Amino acid sequence: MTGTGLALTWRKIPERYNLLGSHCDNCGENFFPIRNICPNCRRKGRMGGTKFSGKGVIYSHTFVTSPPTGFELEAPYAIAIVQLAEGPKLTAQIVDGDYEKVKIGAPVEMVFRKIQEDGKEGLIHYGFKFKLI
Amino acid sequence: MNGKTVGIVGYGSYVPKFRIDAEEITRIWGEEAKRVKEGLGIQEKSVPDIDEDAATLAVEAARNAVKHAGIDSKEIGALYVGSESHPYAVKPTATIVAEAIGATPNLTAVDMEFACKAGTAAIQCCMGMCVAGMFKYGMAIGSDTSQGRPGDALEYSAGAGAAAFIIGTENLVAEIEATCSFTTDTPDFWRRPGADFPSHGGRFTGEPAYFKHVISASKMLIEKTGVKPAELDYAVFHQPNGKFPLQAAKMLGIPAEKVKQGLITPYIGNTYSAASLLGLNSVLDVAKPGERILMTSFGSGAGSDAFLIRVLDGIEKKRGRARSLQSYVDEKEYVEYGVYVKHRRKLKSL
Ligand SMILES: [Zn+2]
Repeated sequence: MTGTGLALTWRKIPERYNLLGSHCDNCGENFFPIRNICPNCRRKGRMGGTKFSGKGVIYSHTFVTSPPTGFELEAPYAIAIVQLAEGPKLTAQIVDGDYEKVKIGAPVEMVFRKIQEDGKEGLIHYGFKFKLI
Repeated sequence: MNGKTVGIVGYGSYVPKFRIDAEEITRIWGEEAKRVKEGLGIQEKSVPDIDEDAATLAVEAARNAVKHAGIDSKEIGALYVGSESHPYAVKPTATIVAEAIGATPNLTAVDMEFACKAGTAAIQCCMGMCVAGMFKYGMAIGSDTSQGRPGDALEYSAGAGAAAFIIGTENLVAEIEATCSFTTDTPDFWRRPGADFPSHGGRFTGEPAYFKHVISASKMLIEKTGVKPAELDYAVFHQPNGKFPLQAAKMLGIPAEKVKQGLITPYIGNTYSAASLLGLNSVLDVAKPGERILMTSFGSGAGSDAFLIRVLDGIEKKRGRARSLQSYVDEKEYVEYGVYVKHRRKLKSL
């Protein structure tokens, strides 16, 4: 992996490991990933860091049967847009099987998993996925 | 210890959801299921998902331990991860865990390795440092996703799991009254760099390795503390199978019923560095204040760490704060051998 790729991975660790996002004290809205400027309030926005609970519900989902390179062993798997309890939406894999229960509105919680490996000798990327609860 | 109280502030566990029945493995290798299950005392074992490894298991257990202890992660001054299946040969698992529980950056962190006893060695390190007042809390983790060569006896036993213990001097759920170790150079089990699967000395792993070290360390602790086997309410031993801990107890004059609560291997397999710690986890989940526990680990190569633990009143108010080990043991989904091979990447091309 190139130095730029490593730097990007490293910068995203707080978001990927701990669901760190942003909160605007002016309008009260939460954001994920981290943003520096509030899209609602622009210059009036007062942004600060916040850690999301990791609880949420499935907003939308799809099943992947023809995975991209690097994810062949995981297929078939479910990808969902998860709406966090605090509001923001994010895209993540749903793990632990039970795919018939992957439905809109199903409650989920964050788990810590391997996201990707850069081949046999490269970096292992870790971060959030979600499981049904 | 040395006039200061030190012990467990909180603990947490994690076991992957998937299981393979020993019978399913015998089906592939043409062995007799009943003979294998009775011989090893193992019904089924845990199988990690394809995106799980010793680091992800350790993170889940560590997060449960922080929840259980009810502490601020920033107060953890040392974090040690004991494993023989660290995802990297060079690059610590401990930094991944420390970051994922929000304990960084003001702490020391290091990976430990001593076959199946690295996690208990980590507890001893944390105890000494907490008693010395170097920091408020230390976290000791045992986590493994170990492998057996296809067709080897280890294939029936090698499971996956993690246990995390937060050690400190106040807000304790249990006091560690004493600890001691018994260590020799014994070549019973090893894995060379680059080798995918471990090698072992077959029958040699029993008498001169497991039993000699577990019994010697336990007896040393009993002599040192003056505790009588009859005064112990529970005994937890390293559990490479479902049989060895019961035999060890018998040799020490401890009745089998005091071993059962801490014997998890029959249901999730041998979780290596996590094995004795998950046993302790299971006992603490039900133990009452005042009860006393003997825990003795074993790591091939070889050594045993023995601990005498007394449950304190503080255990009651922390109960139920984090998921119990039993809930992980009960939440399971069976896989067939083919799926298991894929999950464990046992084929060279995977
Ligand atoms: Zn705003």
